[in-house]
Amino acid sequence: MDLTLKVWRQKNAKTKGHFETYKVKNISPDSSFLEMLDILNEQLIHEGMDPVAVEKGCQSSGPVSFDHDCREGICGACSLYINGRAHGPDDEVTTCQLHMRKFKDGDTITIEPWRSSGFPVIKDLVVDRQAFDKILQAGGFISVNTGGVPDGNVIPISHEIAEESMDGAACIGCGACVATCKNGSAMLFVAARVSSLALLPQGKVEAAKRAKAMVAKMDELGFGACTNTRACEMECPKHVTVSHIARLNREFISAKFKE
Amino acid sequence: MAEKLISKIPEGPLSEKWTKHKSQLRVVNPGNKRKLEIIVIGTGLGGASAAASLGELGYNVKIFCISDSPRRAHSIAAQGGINAAKNYQNDNDSVYRLFYETIKGGDYRSREANVYRLAEVSGNIIDQCVAQGVPFAREYGGLLSNRSFGGAQVSRTFYARGQTGQQLLLGAYAALNRQIAAGTVKSYPRHEMLDLVMINGEAKGIIARNLVTGEIERFGAHAVVIASGGYGNTYFLSTNAMNSNGSAAWQCYKKGAYFANPCFAQIHPTCIPVHGDQQSKLTLMSESLRNDGRIWVPKKKEDVEKLRKKQIKPSDIAEEDRDYYLERRYPAFGNLVPRDVASRAAKERCDAGFGVNETGLAVFLDFSTAIKRLGEDKIRERYGNLFQMYEKITATNPYKEPMMIYPAIHYTMGGIWVDYNLQTTIPGLYAIGEANFSDHGGNRLGASALMQGLADGYFILPYTIGDYLAGQILKPKTDTNAPEFEEAEKAVRAKIDKLMSIKGKHTVDEIHKRLGHIMWEYVGMARNEAGLKKAIGLIQDLRKEFWSDVYVAGEKDNFNQELEKALRLADFLEIGELMARDALHRQESCGGHFREEMQTEDGETKRDDEHFMYVAAWEYKGEGKEPELHKEPLVYENIKIATRNYKD
Ligand SMILES: Cc1cc2nc3c(=O)[nH]c(=O)nc-3n(C[C@H](O)[C@H](O)[C@H](O)COP(=O)(O)OP(=O)(O)OC[C@H]3O[C@@H](n4cnc5c(N)ncnc54)[C@H](O)[C@@H]3O)c2cc1C
Ligand code: SF4
Ligand code: FES
Repeated sequence: MDLTLKVWRQKNAKTKGHFETYKVKNISPDSSFLEMLDILNEQLIHEGMDPVAVEKGCQSSGPVSFDHDCREGICGACSLYINGRAHGPDDEVTTCQLHMRKFKDGDTITIEPWRSSGFPVIKDLVVDRQAFDKILQAGGFISVNTGGVPDGNVIPISHEIAEESMDGAACIGCGACVATCKNGSAMLFVAARVSSLALLPQGKVEAAKRAKAMVAKMDELGFGACTNTRACEMECPKHVTVSHIARLNREFISAKFKE
Repeated sequence: MAEKLISKIPEGPLSEKWTKHKSQLRVVNPGNKRKLEIIVIGTGLGGASAAASLGELGYNVKIFCISDSPRRAHSIAAQGGINAAKNYQNDNDSVYRLFYETIKGGDYRSREANVYRLAEVSGNIIDQCVAQGVPFAREYGGLLSNRSFGGAQVSRTFYARGQTGQQLLLGAYAALNRQIAAGTVKSYPRHEMLDLVMINGEAKGIIARNLVTGEIERFGAHAVVIASGGYGNTYFLSTNAMNSNGSAAWQCYKKGAYFANPCFAQIHPTCIPVHGDQQSKLTLMSESLRNDGRIWVPKKKEDVEKLRKKQIKPSDIAEEDRDYYLERRYPAFGNLVPRDVASRAAKERCDAGFGVNETGLAVFLDFSTAIKRLGEDKIRERYGNLFQMYEKITATNPYKEPMMIYPAIHYTMGGIWVDYNLQTTIPGLYAIGEANFSDHGGNRLGASALMQGLADGYFILPYTIGDYLAGQILKPKTDTNAPEFEEAEKAVRAKIDKLMSIKGKHTVDEIHKRLGHIMWEYVGMARNEAGLKKAIGLIQDLRKEFWSDVYVAGEKDNFNQELEKALRLADFLEIGELMARDALHRQESCGGHFREEMQTEDGETKRDDEHFMYVAAWEYKGEGKEPELHKEPLVYENIKIATRNYKD
């Protein structure tokens, strides 16, 4: 297929960005979206190699930067806003799992970075998501040291509870929920962790304290408030649902209550 | 200097070695730990678990990774599970059995003492992860669930859906975050180590590039731990994450650390076949699928033809016309033979003309028998996310038609040589996880890499590194203004300037793809003398071409992924040659290393224990010079060496 791409270009955090338009040809429908961008980049590098073309105003800002690593939908690195949707038009997939068969020959595709005050742009389509690490550092753990723990089978956990905890733990920290939320809230991300741990007997001990610390950190880092629009849930590639937010709220209230 | 290869395996009976050794290791008192600095390269299971545990002990730790967050290390992608000798299933598992199966699976090319220790601490790993809140799969009674993996006759693999690596890494990352918050660990994401700095023969720091700003920075410490993963991406196409690379390990090699068994690379039998030349990486379909999936190709060539022309569907082929070749050849293990055996068997069928897709490079992995027996829901519960992943990539529904799979590069057993303490031949330099060579011999069993990474990081390194650091207490904080740092930084800058200035005709990826073709063709699933010699020449030529005709776009003092890739490729172009050299010298077939000249009548590997029962450790001798081979003999005192047999 032949496509027109409108891609956000931004040199670094300090400069202003803009859209550039490119054309790519002969893209296989079996290629992934990121492989399509690889092809664009090879093309841009080759054009950049040709001094005459550059002279004529052919694009000169080099290949497009975008985050990616596993290309299997699990590391959470890839993070593109495609045609107005986080991770593009397919449901329950990350950008790297999106395939070109979801597009038609001749389509124009707009590609932007996550846009949120919590995630400043580093370059082109790459954003800084260290805020997520900071939120988890505030309490997204169980306070145990290595060694001296009981046997894994000492505390039985029901199959259903383990599965429900796993539903929250499946969050890949991609940030699509934040990018989608009109308030730029990180509530789904925070709730996934809080709820996943609170469900388990091991994590229950610190659950209220954890909820409070993580929400406080989220607020401090400038993420917006949750107004229950549920847009986050719709775009989450890992099917993390707002039921986790409800559980977070319970822990949060219980923390307030204890004060 | 062969005397550098001292394995430090403790004396005494196998089952007492580790306990005895621990009691003899020196320890550092809490007050002094604070003054000792440790650099950890990598935040995968190895690095994250090590840094968290060292931080808890009170050391001053700095941890580095390429990605924007430690949580995104390649370990996150591991699917199937982690082994542990818990014997929860009452199927007569034991530390000894896990030890024995790992040595056998590795085709008798790993150290007894290391492997035994690994099996010994395996149970603790599960306990630790449960305490951290890892939501392992559970039975209805609430106890931990297990599945089976290749090369094992018991069910000892613990898992969290098809996302075990993710959950284990999130556990280690949480422990790491706790230490970051406590101030014992400082995290440097988007920082790539580009060189190791040594002072007076000891590892004392690194030079790293800040990947956001392009700045070259210096970091000093009393010890350096390499946990940078494997070098499978030498082949360009592999199941490894795009940023996985061998550079950190390779810089250590060039500073004097020996590199062991580089030719031992694992080819995983069940990956989604290559779809075309736009492809950037290969996707693994977890080995756990072989619990319920049956592998086959048609018996008749005419069925193969019709399949390729899409005139029939696989489900149209009658049961008696299917060749379940693993069940046929290896009745005792069937579809659960080790990876190297399953991969070669697939290649054998495809080479004989029975490959089932247009390229002739694919076999079927079929779930219809299991679906009939257990129902679609049960299969969905077990493998739902893998089936979904398969369907997203191939647009085929594996509940209806079998998956198509083909072997792909997956893991590297070779790596930096380490002694029993996980210390390299450079004092103060340690290597853990996939980056070292230690535990898997010629072939790693499924679900054992996660086990090894966490064993190294949680339970082994924190003890053994103390012994070295006890001798560093009186040494002052490393001065990063020392001439050794100056010199290393200068060399790094010169390398980057050189790469940026070539402005040739080929992109980095173009050259990497060509390297990948050479590696897959000549240093892949089957190797022979002529091919390996040819590969060495081709790689040397390609390396020259790279250094004279590559084009690195962008700027050096900005975020620049082309430069990152170019720096890694420069090293892959050297690693590939050492792999070929090692493969050429090892004139035997063993584990994942299959030399066509050395095979049995029915095409199985033929080891040569008399001449090759050793670890091949290569020493760097300088640019353009041939590396020197050192041999660490392998001694088996507790296991009877046998020909690997998965038939009966
Ligand atoms: C698809 C897939 C599935 C797998 N499934 C399983 C399984 O089910 N069970 C199992 O046991 N094993 C499995 N494996 C193997 C296993 O995942 C890996 O061997 C293991 O995770 C490696 O862990 P590690 O800590 O050694 O390194 P990695 O997880 O590879 O981490 C390397 C770290 O080093 C960093 N790094 C690298 N170079 C530098 C540098 N120069 N400077 C700074 N940082 C650097 C990276 O950023 C990263 O943080 C699988 C592998 C793959 C590819
Ligand atoms: S909750 Fe979903 S969308 Fe948000 S970070 Fe996690 S995986 Fe991404
Ligand atoms: S690249 Fe890892 S989730 Fe997309």
